Amino acid sequence: MDLQIALLLGQDGIVNGAVYGLMALALVLVFSVTRVIFIPQGEFVAFGALSMAVLQAGRVPATLWLLLALAAMVLVVEFWRWKRGAVVDWASALAWCVVLPLAAAALVLLLKPTSMAGQALATLLLIMPLGPLLYRLAYRPLASASVLMLLIVSVALHGVLVGLGLLFFGAEGYRTTAFSEERFDIGGIPVSGQSLVVVGVTLLLVIAMFLFFGRSMIGKALRATAINRVGARLSGIPTELSGDLSFALAALIGAVSGLLIAPLTTVYYDTGFLIGLKGFVAAIVGGLASYPLALAGALLVGQLEAFASFWASPFKEVLVFTLIIPVLWWRSLHSHHVEDEE
Amino acid sequence: MNDASTGNTAATTAAPAGRALVTPRQLTLALVLALALAWGFLPEFTVSVLSNIGLYALVAAGLVMLTGVGGMTSFGQAAFVGMGSYATAWICTSPTAAAWMGGAVSPALLPWAGLLLGLVFTFALAWALGAVTLKLQGHYLPLCTIAWGLSLYYLFGNMDFLGGQTGITGVPPLVVAGYPLATPRALGVVIWAVLLLALWAMHNLLDSREGRAIRALKGGRLMAESMGVDTARHRVKLFVLAALLAAVSGWLYAHLQRFVNPTPFNLNIGIELLFMAVVGGAGHLWGAVLGAALITLLKEKLQDVLPSLLGSSGNFEVIVFGLLMLFVLQRFADGLWPTLARIAGRWVRPHAPAAAPTAPDVQLAQRNLPARGEVLLQATNVSKRFGGLVANNDISMTLKAGEIHALIGPNGAGKSTFFNMVSGVDDPSSGEVRLAGQAMTAKPSRVFAALGLGRTFQHVRLLGHRSVVENVALGAHLRAKRGWLAAMLRLDRAEEAALMAEARRQIERCGLGAHAGTPAASLSLGQQRVVEIARALAGQPSVLLLDEPAAGLRHLEKRALSVLLGQLRAEGLGILVVEHDMEFVMNLADRITVLEFGTVIATGTPAEVQANPRVLEAYLGGADDELLEDAR
Repeated sequence: MDLQIALLLGQDGIVNGAVYGLMALALVLVFSVTRVIFIPQGEFVAFGALSMAVLQAGRVPATLWLLLALAAMVLVVEFWRWKRGAVVDWASALAWCVVLPLAAAALVLLLKPTSMAGQALATLLLIMPLGPLLYRLAYRPLASASVLMLLIVSVALHGVLVGLGLLFFGAEGYRTTAFSEERFDIGGIPVSGQSLVVVGVTLLLVIAMFLFFGRSMIGKALRATAINRVGARLSGIPTELSGDLSFALAALIGAVSGLLIAPLTTVYYDTGFLIGLKGFVAAIVGGLASYPLALAGALLVGQLEAFASFWASPFKEVLVFTLIIPVLWWRSLHSHHVEDEE
Repeated sequence: MNDASTGNTAATTAAPAGRALVTPRQLTLALVLALALAWGFLPEFTVSVLSNIGLYALVAAGLVMLTGVGGMTSFGQAAFVGMGSYATAWICTSPTAAAWMGGAVSPALLPWAGLLLGLVFTFALAWALGAVTLKLQGHYLPLCTIAWGLSLYYLFGNMDFLGGQTGITGVPPLVVAGYPLATPRALGVVIWAVLLLALWAMHNLLDSREGRAIRALKGGRLMAESMGVDTARHRVKLFVLAALLAAVSGWLYAHLQRFVNPTPFNLNIGIELLFMAVVGGAGHLWGAVLGAALITLLKEKLQDVLPSLLGSSGNFEVIVFGLLMLFVLQRFADGLWPTLARIAGRWVRPHAPAAAPTAPDVQLAQRNLPARGEVLLQATNVSKRFGGLVANNDISMTLKAGEIHALIGPNGAGKSTFFNMVSGVDDPSSGEVRLAGQAMTAKPSRVFAALGLGRTFQHVRLLGHRSVVENVALGAHLRAKRGWLAAMLRLDRAEEAALMAEARRQIERCGLGAHAGTPAASLSLGQQRVVEIARALAGQPSVLLLDEPAAGLRHLEKRALSVLLGQLRAEGLGILVVEHDMEFVMNLADRITVLEFGTVIATGTPAEVQANPRVLEAYLGGADDELLEDAR
């Protein structure tokens, strides 16, 4: 290996690491606010990428039908809860179940966007409401269950979504048109414009999230929920809001990641799972709690993967997932007394 | 048959429902017998399906132990199945393996060498994985198993000596006593025999001292540690047990299929195996068999129906399984087995608890109680800081044998923080805690328990579904020593009888004799607090830490508790009480330490403390009127 190859691999690692970093941020966000270990995070990536590919092919992605079906189911559930005397926040329910899905349907079916930006927007509108809808259907009824139970729910949901992905998009993979076809030469290293887009958008999202959680009232409410769920509820922060918002952000981040990687690599219906899991390895570096450590972990995972694919290609995944062992061992050194489960 | 006749006579004498005809044990034996008799006549296809169900159930039973009983889980059991399969396939077919053993092992014995290799490898890997995650919170282990389930799958497919994606063919059949078990009908007998043996062993394990410790893992590790249970060790052992069961299943699978490739050991299968355990009933061993049967049959059906229904082929059954799981988790959180058991409960009589032997012939470990007046527990200049907040500031106090020492103070005075530090839940930031003369810094709660400290919890921590006597017997965990293997093989019965007798003795003593057999959760909160005291006493402590023992007790119950604590003091125990009920404290305590804002503001006899102006001020400023009245 010479320097040239090393730099190329390093660049690859940064680009992949950026996407894993986004995954890790979403996973930490969802876990800290709702205690859900959100295994299906990667499915949003695949759904985003494949919906974009189908839109670019001029067809209607089946994720639209999924969105409408889920929206209808949630409406029925909310209505049933309301009938049984539960307090239903109709404003948010209608926003997630009617406004956004209808906007997505209108955009996809009526406007049929041909510009890249329009298609990207349609994809984001298709995927983002899936987060809160899935939360309300799968997790909310079990909001007081143990972390373990919620994890099993996640795995079940992952199964459903991967199966649906196969049904919707078939077994063959897709690649989308790049957002930027530019090629740069930085100090003798060829850099593709798309890589810069990936890193740039990631940085932008990280900064936006930083500002959202640091400055905005809703962001602070989410942080409060993450620190103390009961206390936050007592101070008037509705649990529904935190669940909806964190899942919507997770879905949005997933869809953006899908848009970012689809021009760089062929995406299959089950590609998202591996991407999400690598995000998990990164998030675990930060103990599923620290955003900066999770980002650092993501870069580490990206680099390890890039160099492993050069030296030991068949064992690339094995090496990346084996990283979890030393990471967990390192974390366990930091815990002295038995941590009590919730 | 003999069973049936005894069943009938017992039913006429004791059956409460009138129609209860059989005990669970008789029903199980009858069903096993029916399966055994029918085995030779079942069609080939049914036998093959039943063999598969047996293999899956063996893995799912391990998952039941992990998930429903121990409060952990694994998505990667399929990888352990794969280790069992590949180990035997490689030993039985590889020329390298043959060269290594140099012909020392005859061909008929090769599968047994494979079994051994598979178990050794699985043991090592499972132990390592468990050990790495054991100190962390419960969700790291399952995440770890996802990563490892995937890794092993990729390894199987990329190792040339394991045949890559094609796998290994030509695995010989199992040979038992010169008779080759080449057909599913022959090997299926072995599969079901192994499954039933494993279920029997695990049933025995759960019904033992170690079983109670395993169940305690799920009820909160803090409580288990305080009873002296090494939770980390038990968690690893449980994980290893489940992994070994999976490896045995894999070994049988390899000799049933006669070839192995990576596909059946994929993460998807690992997830399906967990579905079996959860759908069947993750807290019940038979739930594993039910779940394995349901999912296996459903999968057969779905693989026929779905592709034609959806118009394309693929792994679509996962959609149905996932939805089924979501439904079961939301509606039948304990799986389908409890529902089935409830329906069957009309005809099945609960197993009568065996009468306790009058004089157990095994003695539990006895502690030599220290002499009256000896210092048992000593805190010296203990401080605890949480960031900038000083919760405990320079607290010193002692607890002597044969005294009741009360710790009082307004809310937020730092009583609970101090309690945590003298019970090993947390370490002081500075200062030292000594128990029975030993420095206890950085020691876990179970070491405190081993040195004779028994405790109760402010928020009651009992296993609600288990009976009072089982909960109390957990307190005597450290006084007995029979391990997992002895429990599985029922070699622990004498010791178990002694434990149960001790638990009953403590329950009687605390006045709950009438409730020994009822589930702990069905008692009133006050009674549950008394159960916690009985549980602490079962450990024969020399130091007793009670966290608000009188809260929720009625007047007469409080008086009974006072009498009991007075008796214990007379026996030479040192008792530290955190309590809000001033009347209770003032009448009972020999000495009182008063905390305010993390600092000791008064120490002395009840009379001295009541006359102390700082104490009056602290309480006048607070909301506790009772002290004021008492002080007048």
